[in-house]
Amino acid sequence: MMSLYLLIALSPLVGSIIAGLFGWAIGRRAAHVVTILGVAVSAVFSLKVLHAFLTGQAEVFNAPVYTWLTVGGYEFSVGFLVDSLTAIMLVVVTSVSLMVHIYTIGYMQDDPGYQRFFSYISLFTFSMLMLVMSNNFVQLFFGWEAVGLVSYLLIGFWFKRPTAIFANLKAFLVNRVGDFGFLLGIGLVLAYFGGSLNYSDVFAAAPALASKTIQIFPGVDWSLLTVTCILLFVGAMGKSAQFPLHVWLPDSMEGPTPISALIHAATMVTAGIFMVSRMSPLFEMSDTALNVILVAGSITALFMGFLGVVQNDIKRVVAYSTLSQLGYMTVALGASAYSVAMFHVMTHAFFKALLFLGAGSVIIGMHHDQDMRNMGGLRKYMPITWITSLIGSLALIGTPFFSGFYSKDSIIEAVHASHLPAAQYAYIALVIGVFVTAFYSFRMYFLVFHGKERWMENHDSHHAHDEDHEDEEVTADHHHGLAPDQTPHESPWVVTLPLALLAIPSVLVGWFAIKPLVYGDFFKGVIHIDAARHPGMSELAEEFHGPMAMALHSLTSLPLWLAIAGVATAWVFYMKAPQIPAKIKSTFAPVNTLLEKKYFFDEIYFAVFAKGSRALGTLFWKVGDMLLIDGLIVNGTAKLVGAFSKVVRRMQTGFIYSYATTMIVGVLALVTIWFAQLILR
Amino acid sequence: MFENLLSLTVWTPIVAGILVLATGGDQRAPLARWIALAGALAGLAVSLPLYTGFDNLNGGMQFVEMKPWIDALNIHYHLGVDGISMLFIILNSFTTLMVVAAGWQVIEKRVAQYMAAFLIMSGLINGAFAALDAILFYVFFEGMLIPMYLIIGVWGGPRRVYASIKFFLYTLLGSLLMLVAFIYLYFQAGKSFDIMAFHDLKIALSTQVLLFIAFFLSFAVKVPMWPVHTWLPDAHVEAPTGGSMVLAAITLKIGAYGFLRFALPILPDASRELAPFIVALSLIAVVYIGLVALVQTDMKKLVAYSSISHMGFVTLGLFMFTGSHLNQWAVEGALVQMVSHGFVSAAMFFCIGVMYDRVHSRNIADYGGVVNKMPIFAAFMMLFAMANSGLPATSGFVGEFMVIMGAVQVNFWFAFAAASTLIFGAAYTLWMYKRVIFGDVGNDHVAEMKDVNKREFLILAILAITVLGMGLFPQAFVSKMHLAVNDLIAHVAQSKL
Repeated sequence: MMSLYLLIALSPLVGSIIAGLFGWAIGRRAAHVVTILGVAVSAVFSLKVLHAFLTGQAEVFNAPVYTWLTVGGYEFSVGFLVDSLTAIMLVVVTSVSLMVHIYTIGYMQDDPGYQRFFSYISLFTFSMLMLVMSNNFVQLFFGWEAVGLVSYLLIGFWFKRPTAIFANLKAFLVNRVGDFGFLLGIGLVLAYFGGSLNYSDVFAAAPALASKTIQIFPGVDWSLLTVTCILLFVGAMGKSAQFPLHVWLPDSMEGPTPISALIHAATMVTAGIFMVSRMSPLFEMSDTALNVILVAGSITALFMGFLGVVQNDIKRVVAYSTLSQLGYMTVALGASAYSVAMFHVMTHAFFKALLFLGAGSVIIGMHHDQDMRNMGGLRKYMPITWITSLIGSLALIGTPFFSGFYSKDSIIEAVHASHLPAAQYAYIALVIGVFVTAFYSFRMYFLVFHGKERWMENHDSHHAHDEDHEDEEVTADHHHGLAPDQTPHESPWVVTLPLALLAIPSVLVGWFAIKPLVYGDFFKGVIHIDAARHPGMSELAEEFHGPMAMALHSLTSLPLWLAIAGVATAWVFYMKAPQIPAKIKSTFAPVNTLLEKKYFFDEIYFAVFAKGSRALGTLFWKVGDMLLIDGLIVNGTAKLVGAFSKVVRRMQTGFIYSYATTMIVGVLALVTIWFAQLILR
Repeated sequence: MFENLLSLTVWTPIVAGILVLATGGDQRAPLARWIALAGALAGLAVSLPLYTGFDNLNGGMQFVEMKPWIDALNIHYHLGVDGISMLFIILNSFTTLMVVAAGWQVIEKRVAQYMAAFLIMSGLINGAFAALDAILFYVFFEGMLIPMYLIIGVWGGPRRVYASIKFFLYTLLGSLLMLVAFIYLYFQAGKSFDIMAFHDLKIALSTQVLLFIAFFLSFAVKVPMWPVHTWLPDAHVEAPTGGSMVLAAITLKIGAYGFLRFALPILPDASRELAPFIVALSLIAVVYIGLVALVQTDMKKLVAYSSISHMGFVTLGLFMFTGSHLNQWAVEGALVQMVSHGFVSAAMFFCIGVMYDRVHSRNIADYGGVVNKMPIFAAFMMLFAMANSGLPATSGFVGEFMVIMGAVQVNFWFAFAAASTLIFGAAYTLWMYKRVIFGDVGNDHVAEMKDVNKREFLILAILAITVLGMGLFPQAFVSKMHLAVNDLIAHVAQSKL
């Protein structure tokens, strides 16, 4: 089995190295062939692994690969833990990655960094696989940081653009804030949980520590598990972009669209969700931590959804939708519904990748114009993109029988069933969120695919598309837009094929997966729920009577009708009576500003943290180092010595007469004193 | 064959250096270069058997050599290494090779003298790491100041005289007190300068504190610790690329090594008593200096400040006491950090040197968009920038991770302050990278930049392999230091009152 898992993890790495180091020699075609081959091998064997777990033939695999470090008699190994949770992630990561690899052939075809791009996305796949296959915290952190690195490289892929290299630095630093907490959490695990960082050892040591307290502040006892879990969750907040560390994700859209789909929607951002699910034996022991998770998740789910409503950039709408959906997953974690969270990770990966790739296809069709106000009526020109995007949107808003319905409805049910104090608030946030999701999703859908063909207008707003191909190559994603005589066109098959292939699971996977994943024993022994304290999931299990019953039941429940209301409102606002949104905008101008400015988070963070630390640094440098240490002490000492010497130097004139005079004066003084003493005695 | 191995590591580079000097003026510069390269290679070749022939199961000194030197004062030519010092000798010999290669075409004036200075300094540094006699150590310790002083003073930038004098006086001031301490210990040990004999002395606490202060002043300047660090940025800015590489990679390590070899084992009680003070200074170095690095406009100054911040991790790790026990994680982490910083900082300074050779400026503002003209170079520098930010799978992560893990076990807030480097380290390094490397071509000078040549590529590639290798397989050298560190911890745990 070891060689199988090594093959799954390493084949994308091999592709990445070949494309990255030798891409200049082997050319474009070979670069995409070798990387796609690598990922395809991973994907095929991942499916095999998942199949084995689904049919109950596989056993949990937990073994070291090589010793990374030994300290104090304890051995740290790079090692694999492959269980059902890993298997799900393996399939999600490799299958979405494979689709994105194929799609990239079309999307990046004119880009000079073609080989580099393939190398990066394969490297990402490898890092993500190492993250999900890890059997210990150190390797988890390795993968955690490695995916962050690749995300950084890919957001800044078009390194000439000031916005892109600003966004990638911001993304890396905000993630580092999360990692800061994460690493301290790992530190506490190592210090208190039996001196080991292997999952199995740590989980085994945890029950004995239920009532252990530590004093972070002298005299104040805090539960060890609560502190540890919250610190670990801070890491998840960074990677999964939860409030208040969400600010990097919308800006990450500066990267090419394929990576928005792969990294910033389907896989990397769900690493935090995966991590908390993996740590369920720890999180289950701290209700405080779960409440914190509920609050952070519900704020993200609702308030990031609101922001999606005012965006005009097609990718940014999807980005805010991703933030909001990550909030849903986080809330599920807080409600101890880890399996439901993982279920939503999976369905969301498919339909959100689909939506992003669909958006990318629209962007290609529109010649790199991302502004929805310039689109409209595209369904005629891009039929495959249209249908698949509709499927993605329906899945996202939770249409019965679609995959998103099963996962999202299960989250709402789970929160409803949770007994934690924060769950009531989270429930309200999620239910309102359903309306918001439906509204912004179909606002986008109507603006892009229906209504007037607006690219005919507004021609002066973006310069005419000339045939300067040099420029096109370098800045493939820049705002270009269609020339007056051009119409949008459907994308090539390498782009539409992944759309079609992703649309299938977006529809079907929920129906088939809900029973085994959420209510079966697929995750038995992997995800741990303390049913006595958090009975929500077991209560729900009793009420579950299959996917058909669940879909029928939804007809009488609030979320479905809110979703329908959302779609209807979007239809009225953007199809029937487009004057209404403008009117609302002017009536509630302050609210609109607040939303357009994203609650002013960027401004505040920039002013406080970026400017603040630079001001502090300047203060330390100019005052501390230059004025006090160097100016006063170091050069001051030198000057003091200099000044003293200057005085003393006067005595060494080198003239005999001055020495003679001094001598005579001295002798006279001594004689006088001597006589004075004699006389006085 | 191992009998005189340590002597070979000390004298091979020095003899080579003298040979290089003998080539004379710049008309024979090519010959000087090749002799220097051969000497540096030979120096590395004779130090590698230290690693391969090292006995992992022997905690004591290995490859010991002992001959009388000055009988009247009972001073010996006494050399030997344990699993700690052995690693630094190899690091030093390696760095010397890199430096000789780095200065190959760049240095055009007084080539022989330049190469000779580095080779001789390399031998002296190896001597300082291998010395087991206090006076011998002192001689090497002081001796290596002279070539560095010359390197900065002769081949340095416009303010080289100020920088070299500042460097010289700063470090000399501290080491004089160390000599006084040695003389005191000499009489206490029954007229012996044997460092191992010093380790077994019983010393009263008040005396220990005084001796500690003497050692502290000497070594803290070298490390350098806040607030005696201000010579380093000046020295780096003025030093030629090779000088900066050695300064950062090796010279700083001697200070931390001094704490390890002298202050901790000879004065365990004072070390324990004064540990909070050292910890405070170390954490100030990590946070304060991290912020100072953020606002630097000169790339070399930025990396210099980053060095001080990284060395804060070293001194932090060396003084992590729980009761009377040093924390093994933290101590080994400090050692790993020292070795790793040797590679990473040398690489960073070399990268800056590569750009300086083309544009003749160290100002961040004079660059922008270098990646457009030097993509291969930019890829290498990305790796080193990430290593400098402590990214896992690079050597930079291992030491920081271990020290932070150790610090959590001692005091959560130590770890909290130290871990802030995750944010600051990334911020100053990557912000610089962004402004220098990313973006559109910044100006005409950048537009004329040519990507790395074969020599530069080779140096960058070797450093890259080392940085990645250490990050992925740290066990290869951590396993060498276990016994020595265990001995140190056991030794420090025993009170000497």
